[in-house]
Formats: sequence, C-alpha cells, structure tokens
Amino acid sequence: MAFVHVPPFEHFYEENRDAVLHELRRLLGRQAAEDAYQETFLRALRAYGRLRHADNLRAWALTIARRVAVDQLRRREVSPAKPESAVDARPAYAELAELADGLPRKERAAVVLRYGYDLSYAAIGAALGSSEQAARQAASSGVRKLRRRMQ
Amino acid sequence: MTVSPTLDKRFREAAAAAGLLDVAYDLAETPVGTLLVATTDRGLCRISYDPEVERATEQLAHDFGVRVLRAAKPIDPVRRQLDEYFDGERTRFDLPLDLRPSAPFSRQVLKRLARLPYGQVTTYGALAREAERPKAARAVGAVMNRNPIPIVLPCHRVVGANGSLVGYAGGLERKELLLKLEGALDSTLL
Repeated sequence: MAFVHVPPFEHFYEENRDAVLHELRRLLGRQAAEDAYQETFLRALRAYGRLRHADNLRAWALTIARRVAVDQLRRREVSPAKPESAVDARPAYAELAELADGLPRKERAAVVLRYGYDLSYAAIGAALGSSEQAARQAASSGVRKLRRRMQ
Repeated sequence: MTVSPTLDKRFREAAAAAGLLDVAYDLAETPVGTLLVATTDRGLCRISYDPEVERATEQLAHDFGVRVLRAAKPIDPVRRQLDEYFDGERTRFDLPLDLRPSAPFSRQVLKRLARLPYGQVTTYGALAREAERPKAARAVGAVMNRNPIPIVLPCHRVVGANGSLVGYAGGLERKELLLKLEGALDSTLL
C-alpha cells in the first residue's frame, strides 16, 4: 500500500487555501465565500488528525469546500425570510417562490435560486447535487411551465 | 486569487480558539534572534533558534500530532515573558511546560534545570549528581544539547567543571549574551 506521509496542517493549509477560496467564490459569490472559507478549514482541521494518508489532499480540501457551500445554499433556500442584509433583500424571491410552488422540487429550487437569488448554474448544481448543465435544464424547464401556467 | 491577511488571521484565531490544534506556533523577535515558539494545550513545548520553519513544523507534527498551525494568540504569554526577560525585568518564567516527547531521564534533568536560579551557573557534573546519576555528566551534556525549550529551561546556566562555557546548541555567543544579561558571567573564567 502506498503511504504518503500526512504533512503538518500548516503545509496543507498553505498549499490549498487559494484553491479553496477560488472554488467557494465560484459557488457562493465573494461575500459568502469568506464565511465558508473559515468553515471549510475548521472542518478539515477536525478531520485532519484522523487522516491515514495524504493522497490527493487538494481534492479532499475541495470536496469539503463544496459540501460547506452546499450547506450554505441549502440554508439560504430554507430561510428566505432572513436575507443577509437589507441591501441584499430580494423581494423577487417571495413572489417567485409562490409562483413556483407547483413545480417539481428540483425545478422549483433551480428557478428560485436562479431568478430569485441570481446564483450561477454551477452553484445551483452544487446545491442540488447535480451538474451545472442539469441545473440549467431544470431552471429552463421550470420557467417554461410557469409561462404556460400564466398564459 | 489569494487569501487576504484578515481572512487568513480570522481562520487561524478561530482554529486556536476552538481548541482544534495539537500545536500552535509563531515566530518571536528577540535580542538573540528570531525564535520559533510552540505551545500545546498543556504548555510551552518548543523554542527553536534559527528556525527552518518547514523542518521545525515537521518535527512538531511528529512529536505532538499533525494539527500544527501558525497562530499568534496562543504564543502571546510566552512572547510577553520573553520580552520581560530580555528587558531584565523578569528573573523567573511562569509558564506551564509540555515535555512529553523527552525521555524520562531527560525530563528529570530538565526539571532540575528549571529550578536553577537566574544569574547562577552550575556544572554538568553537579546537575548529574542532583539527578542521582553522578557519572552521567556526559549524558547531562547531551540532554542540554537537545533541550527543547532553551532560555526558559536555562541550559545556558550550565558550564564546564573549570568554568568554561563549553558549548550551546544555539551557539556560544548566545550563551554568553544570556549569562551577561543575567549578570552571571563574572563568576566564570571563560
């Protein structure tokens, strides 16, 4: 069995922090990425002492980052009534959510996240556990159904 | 894209505050040069002269666990006491120590050493006798040479039987400087 020695956390952190922040910004946007950054490395630190090998630590770090991002996106989805700040408030959400109520779960989420929150398809895909492409399709299919319903 | 210093610092502080580290370390500037100072949740565990950070953190990870992170705050009490010592305002360090990686004999000798008062020197042989190993002067010398916490554990106060400074892992110049600072140099022959 190949054994790659687990480096001190400091090395792991320095090697991966830029990539993690980059990924989080892509998924969450600049502001939210900062909170997620801290959470990602705290999670990594909690698990780090139990690592048995150091194969592909970069992939491991990015996996944790994506999970943290997904958790954040889910929280946003669950508590739309509490926007992060007054400036950030998106009244479009409430209206959209109501409109989209009858849609299948994924389509509804994709529509609301895309048009209510202005999230990227990559972020929506991460939140829904699917690809960017699937998120795009879910949103457009949802919008088509809404249009039909409104006619 | 790089992580801003603020974001970086926030994480390091949160990690230390959450008690998630095996070892926190930082660099400290002193009259005897830049020191790497490291602590665990049990206490001060290392002071390194002329630190090569990468090698030092590898060693700390080996001795105490891999969750080694640079963080300023846990080191602050040590930094403060070192500053006071170098300003001549402190003659005793009041810090818990973590000597876990040292072997029992080393630990015993280092604990004796810790009680050696400011400004006084002793010899390797005397320290060996105190540790009830009268023939182990050479072994005591080896323990001094590997002292994980120099300055705070004052191996600079241990000299040869004829009063010569003999040696110091941090270099004889530093040993001399520390003894001068403590006003202990006149009592040795050099």
